[in-house]
Amino acid sequence: MTAFRVEVRVMPRAALLDPQGQAVEHALHALGFSEVARVRMGKHLVLDVKAASRDEALARARAMCDQLLANPVTEDYDLALDGEAPR
Amino acid sequence: MTRVAVIVFPGSNCDADTLAAARAAGSDAYFVWHRDTDLRQADVVILPGGFSYGDYLRSGAIARFSGVMASVTAHARGGGAVLGICNGFQILCEAGLLPGGLMRNARLRFLSRPVWVRVDQTDTPFTRLYDKGEVLEIPIAHGDGRYVVDARTAAELEAMDQVVWRYVRDNPNGSTNDIAGVTNAGRNVVGIMPHPERRNAPALGGQDGARVFHSMEARHATQHAMDVRAVDDRHLRV
Repeated sequence: MTAFRVEVRVMPRAALLDPQGQAVEHALHALGFSEVARVRMGKHLVLDVKAASRDEALARARAMCDQLLANPVTEDYDLALDGEAPR
Repeated sequence: MTRVAVIVFPGSNCDADTLAAARAAGSDAYFVWHRDTDLRQADVVILPGGFSYGDYLRSGAIARFSGVMASVTAHARGGGAVLGICNGFQILCEAGLLPGGLMRNARLRFLSRPVWVRVDQTDTPFTRLYDKGEVLEIPIAHGDGRYVVDARTAAELEAMDQVVWRYVRDNPNGSTNDIAGVTNAGRNVVGIMPHPERRNAPALGGQDGARVFHSMEARHATQHAMDVRAVDDRHLRV
């Protein structure tokens, strides 16, 4: 078994209103960062997982997302392993 | 007398009010702790409002895995009546017993004030004593009350008459189609964001919410009357 670090990014679904992101966007505009066109805000979870392989670590993390970490009605997620590109 | 199990999660805070409202309507209501799995022959299960598990991760996301929820799910799947109020509604959505989900209020603020809702469906265990189209004044107290569903599910809910209550005059939280409460396809599981247990007596500022609880008892009384009639008919025939 090897220890893997899996990073989970959970975001509100693109079609849904994200009032927290909007509030941050307005605050940035108020500070003069007028170049910001849109802010979306989600969650970032970091999991230290023991698994036999990278694929197994990812598969287990995916199962965790489907059962608990993300709500499929309201959120999308992606996973990144030890600094690799998200998938 | 209807047996009503009011589930208590760590962080529930409307459990006592809900128990009192059910008892005031004549029900035999009692608490069931979230670690118990025995609903003690409940006719109706109510998941009360509050902030179960501190709303960590998402409102209702952790409570859904409590020991008692397997029993609640079995009760619901068997056709038993289940009502989720506020956080209870969030838990029922997370558990997949009701469609959709509840997200942060559109204008972000936690809202604690009366709202107006229209009763759109009266053929549920919790609305049978209301008139269709009746407008009720009932308070909300939530930060995550914006009901969302995808467009296809929203159309299905409308087509199948599953929207039980709808906000009127204003939509406080940005809910899809002004939805304040829904039922499942079997019409035995119902969720509502406002708090009927906080408006069940004149001393509480009104009693528009009382019939949610009296409806449970009326259903039982109707069932009982039918049972008695059935026995009498048989008796007459013999």
